[in-house]
Amino acid sequence: MSIFTHNTIRMTPDVDRRGALGLLARSPASLLTECLAGIGGLPPFTWLRKPETGMVMLRGRIGGDGARFNLGEATITRCTLRLADGTVGVGTVRGRSARQAEMIALCDAMLQQPAVADRVRTDVLDILADAERERNARAAAATAGSRVDFYVLVRGED
Amino acid sequence: MGARRELDLAHMRAGFTSPVYDAQACFRHVLEALARPGQIQRLDALPVPPAGLGAAQSAILLALADRDTPVWLASALRNGAAGDYLRFHCGCPLTTNTVDARFVVLSTLAELPALDDLDVGEPNFPDRSATLIVEVAELAAGGPLHLRGPGIADEIGLFVAGWTDAATTLIQTNRRRFPLGVDILLTCGDRVAGLPRTVHLSLEGMACT
Repeated sequence: MSIFTHNTIRMTPDVDRRGALGLLARSPASLLTECLAGIGGLPPFTWLRKPETGMVMLRGRIGGDGARFNLGEATITRCTLRLADGTVGVGTVRGRSARQAEMIALCDAMLQQPAVADRVRTDVLDILADAERERNARAAAATAGSRVDFYVLVRGED
Repeated sequence: MGARRELDLAHMRAGFTSPVYDAQACFRHVLEALARPGQIQRLDALPVPPAGLGAAQSAILLALADRDTPVWLASALRNGAAGDYLRFHCGCPLTTNTVDARFVVLSTLAELPALDDLDVGEPNFPDRSATLIVEVAELAAGGPLHLRGPGIADEIGLFVAGWTDAATTLIQTNRRRFPLGVDILLTCGDRVAGLPRTVHLSLEGMACT
């Protein structure tokens, strides 16, 4: 499943950055706030694009390679900011939280600054990734409880 | 749209300080400029424009252009900071063909395309036509352009630096094709004056048309 915004921002094909932005966007705002509070002294920035809320069309392909179809629209909030040294961070998150988009953009910008990138990786990304693994495991366990195995019974046709 | 250039975000200028209110204020000034042809409006709350665009020009595009309005820019601007700025802030397609453009952005009157190369709308929908946003070196009241028509009490005089005969011809031909036609916004720094398709233009010492 992929999200297309019409105003496409093509970033450098940096898988790390894409993965980090995905993780940040999927994580609960409260946990992100906590992690960032731990870092402290967030850099000052100016807005290139203030947080704005709008809709994107979510599109999917059945089985990952079927015909493209529109799954439905989702509300997203996005923003772009620039740190004093010119580093640009972008943040996009599902929902209407401007603050969450801002935190994501800040993390994205800091991850591009060698001086603080490691700190952000250990104090934010690692914690968020652990929490996500735990959430996924919990969901998988909850689903497993209602699992039904089907057996083909002998139908006695011979 | 083919292969597109990467956006250069590191050198991107910010848009309006207050996107909603500033765009509304700008929209209001543009309405006023088109309702009162030849009267110079001064825009406030302007963004710092990207290289190649005027302040009022950028503000008008920020307020009006979006992904449903193809914008034509000269190729040097399209592939530079100005093109990036519009793609980032407006999300508008940048067309290479003036006839497809809803907004044609020019840095000087000398670049004015012929009327046949512009979208003048169709008889059922004359509003679906192009608007030209042209930066000029100087814009002042007085003369030698004399304008008459709807929105002008009697006659109004306008001075436009670098005015060309081709511009006179375009405005006069444009008037004759009414209700089809293009609308023109002349910008100069933070000021704008409208020359909608309804305007009758005559030059000093020349018979009225």
